[in-house]
Amino acid sequence: MNSLDQLFVNANAFLLGLLPVWARPWISILVRLSVIAVLAPAIMMYLTWIERKIIARMQNRFGPDRVGVYGLAQPLADGLKMLIKEDIVPRGADRLLHLAAPILSVVPAILLFAVLPFGRNMIPADLNVGLLYFFAVSSVGSYAIFMGGWASRSKFSILGAMRSVAQIISYEVPGVLSVVAVIMVTGTLSTAGIVEAQAERWFLFTPWGFVGCLMFFLSGVAEVNRTPFDMPEAESELVAGFHTEYSGMKFALWYMAEFLESFAVCAFTVTFFLGGWHAPAVPFWTLALLLAIIVGAGTRLAIPVRGAGVLAMLGAGALWGAQPIPSWIWFFAKTYALIFVLVWLRGTLPRLRIDQLMGLAWKFFLPLGLVNILAAGLWTQFPFPLGTAAAALLLIIAGWLLVRANAPQSLQPQRVYVFAD
Amino acid sequence: MIGAGVLRGMGVTFKTLLETYPWGRAILRTLQIPVTDGIFTIPYPETKQQHPERFRYFPFLVYDGTPDNLRCVACKICEQECPPQSIHIVMEKDEQGRPVKAHGRTLPKQFDVDMSICMSCRICVDVCPFDAIEMDNEYELSASDRYEHMIFDKHKLLKSAEYFQKIKPTEAATVDQRLAAKKAKTASPTGDKPSQPSGP
Repeated sequence: MNSLDQLFVNANAFLLGLLPVWARPWISILVRLSVIAVLAPAIMMYLTWIERKIIARMQNRFGPDRVGVYGLAQPLADGLKMLIKEDIVPRGADRLLHLAAPILSVVPAILLFAVLPFGRNMIPADLNVGLLYFFAVSSVGSYAIFMGGWASRSKFSILGAMRSVAQIISYEVPGVLSVVAVIMVTGTLSTAGIVEAQAERWFLFTPWGFVGCLMFFLSGVAEVNRTPFDMPEAESELVAGFHTEYSGMKFALWYMAEFLESFAVCAFTVTFFLGGWHAPAVPFWTLALLLAIIVGAGTRLAIPVRGAGVLAMLGAGALWGAQPIPSWIWFFAKTYALIFVLVWLRGTLPRLRIDQLMGLAWKFFLPLGLVNILAAGLWTQFPFPLGTAAAALLLIIAGWLLVRANAPQSLQPQRVYVFAD
Repeated sequence: MIGAGVLRGMGVTFKTLLETYPWGRAILRTLQIPVTDGIFTIPYPETKQQHPERFRYFPFLVYDGTPDNLRCVACKICEQECPPQSIHIVMEKDEQGRPVKAHGRTLPKQFDVDMSICMSCRICVDVCPFDAIEMDNEYELSASDRYEHMIFDKHKLLKSAEYFQKIKPTEAATVDQRLAAKKAKTASPTGDKPSQPSGP
C-alpha cells in the first residue's frame, strides 16, 4: 500500500532522476507549478458543479443535467460561454484597475495551494512559515475586492466592496486567534509539521481544537464571502456586490477566486484541525465495534439489516489494519466533506444581517478565541484528564457567558395598541 | 438551546437531499422516517406533464366522418366576436355569388386563424351555434416563421370529432348530447325531412 500512498512522490522522483543534476531543481519547480495550474481550475470547475447539484437536490430539483452525463460537462460549457461573452467595462470606470482586480484576486487564491500538504511527503513547498504565509496571502484578496468595487464606478460595487473589506478584516482576527492555539501546541508554523503533530490525535478531538476548528471554519466561510456571510454579494440588496459590473471572463475569474478560496479554507481547516492527510487516529476496530454495537442494538431497523450492518462494520475494522487508503485520498475526502458542509450551510441558512455579522466576529469569536488560547495552555500544561477537563470546563463556561452577554435584549413585552381615533 | 434551530434546519435540507435519490429514500425508509417523492421537476422534452382535460390552447375545426363534412357554416360569428381578431373567414360561393352548399350546409372557402395573436380565450367556442369550433390541447407549435407557420388555414385546423372525443371526453359528450337533442328537435315537429330519420 505504501507504493500507492507515495505514487505521485515516486513518479516525480523517477521523472527527475532521468534529468541531469543541474536541471533537477528547475524541473521540480516546473512540475509543482504545472500540477497546481492544472489542478486549481479543474477543482474550481467541478466545485461549481458540485455546489449546483447539491443545492438543487436540497431544493427538490435536478440541477444541471443537460450537458453530458449528469451534467458533468456543464462547467466546460459555462467556461466556453464566459470566454465568448462580451466584456463590458462601464463608462467612467478605471479600465486598468477594472482589469487588474480579478487577476489580483485569483493569484493569491492559487498561491494558497503552495503550502497545502496534499499527502504524506506531498507538499508543493514546505515553508517553515507556512501558516503565516496562508494568512498573509489570503488577505491580499480583500485588496482585489476593494479594487474591483472601486474601479467599477458603481454604487452597488462600492458598497459591496466596503462591506467585504470590513468583513474580511473583522474575521481575520478570530481566524488567526483560533490558529494561535495550534501553533502553541505544535510549536511550528509549517503546515507539514502541524499535520505531523496530529498523527496521534486530530486536534478536533481536543476541547480547544473543537472550538478552534469551528471558529476557524466559520471565519474562513466569512472571509471568502459565502452564505450565510455573503453580505458583499447580497443579491437582494446589492445586485451582485463588488462584481456587479463584471462580465465575461473577468466575472469567471472572480468566481474562480471565490471557489478556490473556499476550497483552500476547507483544505486548511483539514490541515490544522482534522488531521490533514492522516487517517483517523482512533484505532478503527474500536470505532467499528462501537458502530456494530449501535447498529446491532438499533431497534428501529429490521433484523437482516442489523445483521448485515454488524458484519460490514466488523469487516471494515478488520480491513483497517492494512491501512488501505492512501493519504492523499484521506486529504481530499475530508476536504470535500467540508465543502459539502459549506454547500449544506448555503442550502439551509439565510443571510445574516450586517450588524449580526460584525457582532459575531467581535463580540463572540474574538473573546472566545482569547479564552481558547488559555484553554490550549491549560491543556498542554496539565496531564491528560486534568488538562482536558479544565480546558473543556473553561470553554463551556466562557461560551455560556458569551451567549448570555450577547443575547438580544427582549423587546418591550407588552405592546400598547392605540386606536387611530 | 442556541443553534438548535440551525441544526434542525440543516436536518431538513439533508433529508430533502436524501429524498431525491432512490438509495436515500431506501435509507430513510429503513430508518422508518416518512418520505416524500423527491424531485418535483418534470424534465420536459423527455417526459410530459399530464395536463387536465380542461386544459386548452388554440381552437380547431370539427368535422364528422370525412373532412369535407365540417360543422362550420361560415356564419362569421366567431370572426366578429374574436377579441384579438385572429379569425378570418370567407364563405364558399359560386360565380353568381350564391352560397355553395354541401351536406345541406354552407361552408367556408377560407378559414384562417392566426395562432400568433390568438389569446386562447375560448369565446369563439362559446359563441358558435353549431359547435363547429373547439379548443385543442396541442401546445408544441413553435415555428421559425410567423406568416408561414403560425397562420393555420382550414386544412391545418380540421380535426375529427373522434379526436375531440379523445382529448376532451366530458366536454365532447355534452356537445354530442346537445347536437343530438337539436337534431331530434328539428326532425320531430316538422317530420318532413327524410334525410334525418329519428331512429336508426
